[in-house]
Amino acid sequence: MFNPISVSEVRERYSQGESCYDVISEFLEKIKDSRLNTFISISENEALAMAEKIDKGKLSGRLKGIPVSIKDAISTRGIRTTCGSKILENYVPPFDAHVIERIKAEGGIIIGKTNMDEFCMGTTTETSYFGPSKNPWDESRVPGGSSGGSAASIAEGSSVLSLGSDTGGSVRCPAAFCGVVGIKPTYGLVSRYGLIPYANSLEQIGPIASNVKDAALLLEIIAGKDYRDSTSVEKTFEFKLMDVSKVRIGIIREMIEKVDEKVQKETWRAINKLEELGMNYEEVSLPMMDYTLAAYYILAMSEASSNLSRYDGVRYGYHIEKEMNWNTYFSKVRAEGFGDEVKRRILLGTYALSAGYYGKYYLKALRVRNLIIQAFNKLFERYDVLLAPTMPTLPFRIGEIQDPLSMYLMDINTVPVNLAGLPAVSVPAGLNNGLPVGLQIIGKPFDENMILNVALKVEEEVWKR
Amino acid sequence: MITDEQIRHVAKLARIELKDDEVAVFREHFEKILDYFGMLDSVEENIEPVFHVLDICNVFRDDVPGECLNQEEVMANAPKTEKGYFRGPRIV
Repeated sequence: MFNPISVSEVRERYSQGESCYDVISEFLEKIKDSRLNTFISISENEALAMAEKIDKGKLSGRLKGIPVSIKDAISTRGIRTTCGSKILENYVPPFDAHVIERIKAEGGIIIGKTNMDEFCMGTTTETSYFGPSKNPWDESRVPGGSSGGSAASIAEGSSVLSLGSDTGGSVRCPAAFCGVVGIKPTYGLVSRYGLIPYANSLEQIGPIASNVKDAALLLEIIAGKDYRDSTSVEKTFEFKLMDVSKVRIGIIREMIEKVDEKVQKETWRAINKLEELGMNYEEVSLPMMDYTLAAYYILAMSEASSNLSRYDGVRYGYHIEKEMNWNTYFSKVRAEGFGDEVKRRILLGTYALSAGYYGKYYLKALRVRNLIIQAFNKLFERYDVLLAPTMPTLPFRIGEIQDPLSMYLMDINTVPVNLAGLPAVSVPAGLNNGLPVGLQIIGKPFDENMILNVALKVEEEVWKR
Repeated sequence: MITDEQIRHVAKLARIELKDDEVAVFREHFEKILDYFGMLDSVEENIEPVFHVLDICNVFRDDVPGECLNQEEVMANAPKTEKGYFRGPRIV
């Protein structure tokens, strides 16, 4: 059931004298009662201990007493972190990710770890070793992925804020499918320290919340330089309200023409509403669109094949008791520990990087990345933001898409943003047949404030009416 | 055309043991997906590859000693340890 809760609603309860312990206990009960398989682990003891500290006045901050759910790809010290995989089923990180340190320092309460596609490789949570999550709007449908549990936890109201990670759409897709807000920050704005890596050059941790201001609040807290991630930059983020009536909007034609008719209809309805409010738009072309999906998957798989070589069953993770030689041991641990989609991507990535194919696949994909960056730069000379549907279809049924390539094609509108390192937000913009449609707003590097202000307009004038 | 042998070779490089029926399934997926990737053949060679979107390289920090990870917590994840070391499988 769709029943999201905002930060201000929780703060209101505190201001009326309710204890943090009681409020957090209620959220923990909700998680246990959920039928959507939203969480992999519940951190009950840690959450209640922190709530007691807050009730005793020992802890404060901008997230004081606010429940936060965390995608299980983000390391939490002392709390099992599986990345949705059998190979990490019993892994307990000895350290917190940078973003977790920030949330704790602000008094936020980590209530549990959310379900996800194994190693973030999927668009539905169906590749999770722990079984798929379900969509709160219709339990027979997928919540999107890979951060599907995170988005579903916000939509069902079992958490108030959540963190996901977005390598090719993994925050925006589930946000769109679950009718909530998800931000993919500019590459480098948020430290990736403690995020279990899949494709380092593409991914960012991003907030998911029931409304734009809550998502912006969480971004303010997690953004900023961290020396432990050499790609994090000297920037912070502060959300400031601005007048968006004169914002120059480009609608990306290639991202709207090819999508499902129902999604097109809701997207145009939202755009027309903005026009009625006096905002202007033009249709624009992103000529490189056709190449971006292939380029994205080649890069993501290549980086994955290297990253996932660390899972050897020696230092942590799934292992086999029987003694056998080095190579046989690794090959068996990885055969038994990884699921099919993860194996497929490691194998394809290994192939793409192997002698004789490097120039044909990997280098070509990097050239396409150059072209897509140039194409975006050119558009941003004339427009402040670019709009498109987040997903090409409405949330589909669990098990509906079986063919791997057909599943990859679902990411067609989200991956260009990751290739170019741009910020983007998905905001709910309409309902069709009782299912939510997300609108994607793309901005210039580090112009999160602009896209979030436009998203706020959509939320206030289109979604909430 | 992708052969079973190529799939087995890649799996060997990636240290993932495959059963015969898995080889057949992955070969079929490889053909379909690589065929799709083939669209990049028409991309010009004179465009510079971009490895990274940020204009940064060689990031340094001061070499200041800091707190280390707790050794007990780190080793607790390992299946086999000996005297504070990880114990791996036999090499020969």
